[in-house]
Amino acid sequence: MTALGASPSRAGGAAPAPVLRSERLAKEFGGVTVLSDASLDIRAGEIHAVIGENGAGKSTLMRLLSGYLKPSDGGLLMDGEPVIFDRPSDAQAAGIALVHQEILLAEALTVTENIFIGREVTRFGRLDERAMREAAAAQLAEIGCNVSPRARVCDLSLANRQLVQIAKALLGTHRVVIFDEPTAVLTHEEVDPLLDIILELKRRGVAILYISHRLDEVERLADRVTVLRDGRMVGTYDAEGLTPHRMASLMVGREFASLYPARLERELAEPALEIEHAEVPGFVRDVSLTLRKGEILGLAGMIGAGRTELFEGLIGLRAASFGAVRLHGRPVHFGSPAQAAAAGLGYLTEDRKGKGLLLGERLAPNLTLAALDRVHPLAGLDLAGEARQLDQAVRSYDIRLRNLDAKAGQLSGGNQQKLLLAKVMLNDPSVIIIDEPTRGIDIANKSQIYAFIQSLVREGRSCVVISSEMQELIGLCDRILVMRSGRINGELTGGAMSESNVALYATSSVAGEKIPEEHAHG
Amino acid sequence: MADVAAAPPRASQGWSIGWGDAGPFLALIALVAIGFLINPDFLSANNIANVVTRSAFIAIIAIGATFVISSGGLDLSVGSMAAFITGVMILFMNWVAPNVGTAAIPLGMAVALVTGIACGLLNGTIVTLGRIEPFIATLGTMGIFRALITYMTDGGTVAIDRSLRDAYRPVYFGDVLGVPIPILVSLAVALVAAYVLYRTRFGRRCVAVGANEDVARYSGISVTRVRTMAYVIQGACVAIAAICYVPRLGAATPTTGLLWELQVITAVVIGGTALRGGRGRVWGTVAGAVILEFIANLMVLSDFVSEYLVAAVQGVIIIIAMLIQRMSKR
Repeated sequence: MTALGASPSRAGGAAPAPVLRSERLAKEFGGVTVLSDASLDIRAGEIHAVIGENGAGKSTLMRLLSGYLKPSDGGLLMDGEPVIFDRPSDAQAAGIALVHQEILLAEALTVTENIFIGREVTRFGRLDERAMREAAAAQLAEIGCNVSPRARVCDLSLANRQLVQIAKALLGTHRVVIFDEPTAVLTHEEVDPLLDIILELKRRGVAILYISHRLDEVERLADRVTVLRDGRMVGTYDAEGLTPHRMASLMVGREFASLYPARLERELAEPALEIEHAEVPGFVRDVSLTLRKGEILGLAGMIGAGRTELFEGLIGLRAASFGAVRLHGRPVHFGSPAQAAAAGLGYLTEDRKGKGLLLGERLAPNLTLAALDRVHPLAGLDLAGEARQLDQAVRSYDIRLRNLDAKAGQLSGGNQQKLLLAKVMLNDPSVIIIDEPTRGIDIANKSQIYAFIQSLVREGRSCVVISSEMQELIGLCDRILVMRSGRINGELTGGAMSESNVALYATSSVAGEKIPEEHAHG
Repeated sequence: MADVAAAPPRASQGWSIGWGDAGPFLALIALVAIGFLINPDFLSANNIANVVTRSAFIAIIAIGATFVISSGGLDLSVGSMAAFITGVMILFMNWVAPNVGTAAIPLGMAVALVTGIACGLLNGTIVTLGRIEPFIATLGTMGIFRALITYMTDGGTVAIDRSLRDAYRPVYFGDVLGVPIPILVSLAVALVAAYVLYRTRFGRRCVAVGANEDVARYSGISVTRVRTMAYVIQGACVAIAAICYVPRLGAATPTTGLLWELQVITAVVIGGTALRGGRGRVWGTVAGAVILEFIANLMVLSDFVSEYLVAAVQGVIIIIAMLIQRMSKR
């Protein structure tokens, strides 16, 4: 997109001396080694990306470099001199800034107050509001962020909050800036300005460590790429000529042909789920759609486009009204998720940890929670039957666990997602709505989840996949509907299913046929 | 972190009891041992039976509270509810006694049970349909029940009719094969409650709602119904306790049941139920109630500490119990 990504400086001449260097860095927690032998260097004016799957040790490495953790073995060198950071402020003092993945700002306070939190400027013991405000304004201007220093953080968009967080991290001297998945919380169009800021920092000679699992971003930004796998360094590579596909293979440790199952060739005609004139106050306006039997229908759009709310409204989780809803031709109305489940409609929430599973419970109660009446027909629980169900779910969905007494919270993200899928499938739904099927899970599990989704439709079920990952929708779906601001803004099939088309419909009100702004989709 | 793929999953058979779950029972055993060392009379069958009988009252109410608390609620009104139910029951029995004689007692018990269930339903409805924090909602009904009993007794006492007193007496003072009836009743209540909480769909739903309301909602569970039901169970338990204890109390007064809610919550928390919801321990609650009564008894029997400090010691215990819960959470 921007020309900056391909700027000639990335080719680099003679390698400058490293600013920060880690020597055989290792960390173990209670006897479990989570990172070993991590040696890498970060050079001035260079973007060094660190990639790896969840649990590969990226976060641990980042915390070791920024003083949040102390290494069990190995050490750090700054300008060739050994340094020890006992706490984050030591690293800060040495000029290492960390931009956190989550937005850690006090929402009720102003931008200035947040930037200076914990290091307030005082004059004669009194807060020097003006000096701080001016410094904050300068800091914000420097990264091209035009929010007012007086604005309260709670009034800012996520993208602006992220920028404030960067301004906060960059306050003071900084020679090394570590970005921990800075785009994870941002929407597609908010990413570009942030990447520009990072490139600008690089131009000024800052050494940048960029941690991400978005390989397309890494391809655009990085000069060198370090790959971690299972707590070990696979290696450091020149970014020149390193494709996302190659990066993914290095992360997983094997070549994989394709993430997505081969497309099914079949005729789709019979409608499975028809929604007419759906209204969810504040989120969805006049949406109609038809899911055909055996179809995988993708629902694209940005966060806040109303995709999740549409289906939460459909199953009675939030107030909504519908012109008509038909399931396999029969008119239906769902007052509660239980009614929807009984009619054969299953919904997998996007918020696996917050709304999907009881993390502190063992697997069996989690598995059967949505189907208690089905698994336990009598008032008393059929524990033996439940154990059989779990056994079968573990087998059919390849849930990997140490033992069957494990708590749901102890599973990896991918295995939690499989458990959630098994839980919803226990009600034997004919229509399954999967919201963000692979958010935060590693590539091997992603590929499995895609295969599961396809096997569901092969069994004659029908699937709606809501996702913010465009590639996933393109790779998996028969058809994609793109939502924008509560409306369906476009429909893509066949060869028209491309990232640029999805992005166009997701962000622009000008749909394919130049529909006027306010009367789109009439 | 990475999962171990090679090891085949295995389920441990039977019960796996962690140290956290065994805690209240170990504490109880330790307490009995200390009691015996301090004063050998402590372990006399007579004293033990007495103490456990006295604890049965709190135990029965606390079993109900185990449902409310594990479903993520709280009920501060149990003490005044107990007084209110006792008052209603006694007034009703005294009213019908001239006509029906001792048949007034079973009728009174039925009225008490219905009153308790109605009180629980009221609490539950205010919390769920009114969407009011359980703490505030039951603080309100606590005041209401307390004021009603004061009003009903006109600030004085309502004593049970002399004609019924002897006939009713065995419900508290009687025994079957030497086991006092209140102990049998609380055991029966605990058995039923443990079955309901651990072995029924309702129990599963109750704990799920307490552990994470959103997960329960998204799983198709009616949070309103489950929560309300927990308060109804609480009301029924308070009624059962009141029924057992009318002979001992003999009368309803404005101070009946004062501060019992604190003892009840203490018993539940000592027993290992999570105060934030999501985990209920029925037998732990029973142990907790017995522990509280043992401590009070021990302080009376020993000369080290003034018995006026009983509440202080119980206060220390609830704080220690919470600290242990925090630490065992890792």
